[in-house]
Amino acid sequence: MKQSFSRKNITALLILVVSVILLSVMFGLIPPKWQKTFITACYYIIGALGLNLIIGVSGQFSLGHAGFIAIGAYSVGIIFQSNATIYGFALGTALGIVITCAVALIIAIPTFRLRGDYLAIATLGFSEIIRIVIQNLDITGGASGLSYLSFEGINDQGMFIMMVITIMLAILLIVNYVKSSHGRATVSVREDEIAAEAMGINTTKYKTVAFLIGASLAAVAGAYFGPMNFFIKPGDFGFTKSIDVLVIVVLGGMGSLSGTVVGGIFIAVMNTFLQDYSEIRMILYALILVLVMILRPRGLFGNKEITDIWKKKTKGAE
Amino acid sequence: MVQFIQQLVNGLSIGSVFALVALGYTMVYGIIKLINFAHGDIYMLGAFIGYFSFKYIAGGYGGFILALVLAMGGCALIGMLIEKVAYKPLRNASRITALITAMGVSYFLEYVMVYFFGAERRTLTAPFENTVFHIGEITFTLSTMIIVVTTIILMLLLTYIVNCTKMGKAMRAVSTDPDAARLMGINVDHTISFTFALGSALAGAAGVLIGLHYNIVEPLMGMIPGLKAFIAAVFGGIGIIPGAMFGGLSIGVIQTFASGYISSLWQDAIVYGLLIIILVVKPAGLLGKNKKEKV
Amino acid sequence: MALLTVKNLTKNFGGLCANSNISMEVASNELVGLIGPNGAGKTTLFNMLTGVYEPSGGTILLNNGDHEVSIGGMKPYKVTAMGIARTFQNIRLFKGLSVLENVKIAMHKDVHYHLAQAIFRTPKFYQEEARMEKQARELLSIMKLDQKSGELADNLPYGEQRRLEIARALATNPKLLFLDEPAAGMNPQETAELTELIRFIKERFQISIVLIEHDMSLVMNLCERIYVLDYGKMIAKGTPSEIAVNQKVIDSYLGEEV
Repeated sequence: MKQSFSRKNITALLILVVSVILLSVMFGLIPPKWQKTFITACYYIIGALGLNLIIGVSGQFSLGHAGFIAIGAYSVGIIFQSNATIYGFALGTALGIVITCAVALIIAIPTFRLRGDYLAIATLGFSEIIRIVIQNLDITGGASGLSYLSFEGINDQGMFIMMVITIMLAILLIVNYVKSSHGRATVSVREDEIAAEAMGINTTKYKTVAFLIGASLAAVAGAYFGPMNFFIKPGDFGFTKSIDVLVIVVLGGMGSLSGTVVGGIFIAVMNTFLQDYSEIRMILYALILVLVMILRPRGLFGNKEITDIWKKKTKGAE
Repeated sequence: MVQFIQQLVNGLSIGSVFALVALGYTMVYGIIKLINFAHGDIYMLGAFIGYFSFKYIAGGYGGFILALVLAMGGCALIGMLIEKVAYKPLRNASRITALITAMGVSYFLEYVMVYFFGAERRTLTAPFENTVFHIGEITFTLSTMIIVVTTIILMLLLTYIVNCTKMGKAMRAVSTDPDAARLMGINVDHTISFTFALGSALAGAAGVLIGLHYNIVEPLMGMIPGLKAFIAAVFGGIGIIPGAMFGGLSIGVIQTFASGYISSLWQDAIVYGLLIIILVVKPAGLLGKNKKEKV
Repeated sequence: MALLTVKNLTKNFGGLCANSNISMEVASNELVGLIGPNGAGKTTLFNMLTGVYEPSGGTILLNNGDHEVSIGGMKPYKVTAMGIARTFQNIRLFKGLSVLENVKIAMHKDVHYHLAQAIFRTPKFYQEEARMEKQARELLSIMKLDQKSGELADNLPYGEQRRLEIARALATNPKLLFLDEPAAGMNPQETAELTELIRFIKERFQISIVLIEHDMSLVMNLCERIYVLDYGKMIAKGTPSEIAVNQKVIDSYLGEEV
């Protein structure tokens, strides 16, 4: 049994390496406008994977993602003022994750006693507080923000490869977490908190674990946001940012990682087509939210994964 | 002391607008357990109706009353329509599903307005001259007084409707137990529809009043006040009508004091902080009773 | 020494007194019934004993091998860790998960790898997962659910859902099991099967069982001792034959005939 697992791991690794190479070659061939689209898609996917862990897996409805994205973006932004290399990026990202975890913990302790919609509003409040704090600090450049966050020695293609690898690692992290006893404990909180508690699960602990991992991924997404836009300001991290990420999770399916990837690409492509019509884009976002909720409340993929189709086939053959 | 009273007067005036909006949140939450995220945008629509009415139909005191009636009627219709189209299919869905839908509706209203009228701020033509009164060293404006008086009248009217009419009785019955109410022959769908109409009418009136106060309307003006009105509803105890009135006035006063005595840059952060404290310490609100899920 | 000792346990909700001065004992490997009319406070008592409610007064002591531990007001997951498991009156399964997963979740408190070992998939992880899989399947086959391990809990017929809830509770490896109306909604044949199953579980796992039940045939024929609650007070206790002739019980609950 152990052997078949390690063989599976090596195959998976090979597929990953090959797909990274293929994706980066393809990236080099497409026009710059679409390169930008795919970088944006990657950024969305990283953030949305984190939110999906919080909403889809642990069942806690957080509207605070924008705050964590902001922390990641500003950590890298501040380090980049003196060191805009890949090392500066790594340091900034690590710093962002540490600060995010600390803040997320402060948020989690009081708010995780709340349920459902109340939690959503409380996290929204926290996220706005983070934004207001950033707006009133000197080190973050106040309301005018930080500029010239260009990456030294890394071009768009380099950044794309980094982001694709980040996504793969994030998916691996989430899958390994969810398919462990700790992950099952987290899912049980989503299914029935009272029953989970009665089965010996420390529900607060697992809600917090999922929230910290999810928030950290938001910080990582934020880390890429600065170099992607060359400029960050507090206004970039308003409530709307949380909704952007939420749209992807809802569209793809709460609990489905492949859904999130597809949703992220779809939204980024839609944004590119509607670049010059931002109101129409927002109206479409709105319609997507309403229609998906009415017609397919669990999202396009539900909580299924693309790999499930393949799994079903092999099961049938047994 | 003078500054204190002056701030209190300003706080009560803005607070009465919050209270009107908070009433809609609280009634809808009370009856279908939905945080109607789009409620702040109904208030924005009310402000726009007021703006157009002052500009193209009539000014003066008569014009003000007309704008109020048009905004309340228009918003009531829109509120009912939204409920029919977006929320009714989700009656039995989870609260989160309904909340996400409400956010979608909110976005929809905001950006449809941006699409048709542009995102820029518009200055409102005041329907009458905003005379300034002095009592001692404290300053009142005519609009402040009209806002407070209108709010009081509307609240009395609402209290009458909820407590003394058949429809009000039905509302209270449905919010206590929709299934039992249905068995008693109450038309639950009509009652919910009526609740949306009532809440939206109040938000529409609040929109016209805020137009008098700030003289500015824009499509995204409903987001932050909407959120604050929701906070007000939670503060007083969501689902409780006097709670929303009390919460609205409190949030208005707290915000004005925070801005006056601490810093206007931090006033919103203070209001959000307050929300979190209330949710954590007494989630049922100051006037509410705590309930626990039955096991 | 008794396994569970309850002394003067009281619960008030606002001004309402749901349980007042309840005292009871459960011995090791004993089958105890808790009966009483609707609203007598039986489930409230269960909720206090399993940590869902904090008692307003009184003590709950659990025998933990060599000494007694006070578990009143402890969080539910800690109470479970002490060896108390329960089922719910209105079935609370993890509906969207498979039967096997339902059982595995209940085994989580005894898992021997930590989060980092799970994420990096160390050998310890695979070893523990294999052990859990084996134990969970064993438990399911004891409960005659092994054919259904891959089904969603929600798709099981009602009787099997009740059985799965018991299986899940047993997976927490309890010393004491509380069953809240296990036979509710079952037909006479299913009830008879359930009676056998409960008796079997008690012998197989050597645990104590306390059950709330309205089905008198089940209670009378299964339980070694019975406690009777009425209006939040313990009005009688004794063997089934004693309870059947107790005048107070007959007046308040059983009616003329048993």
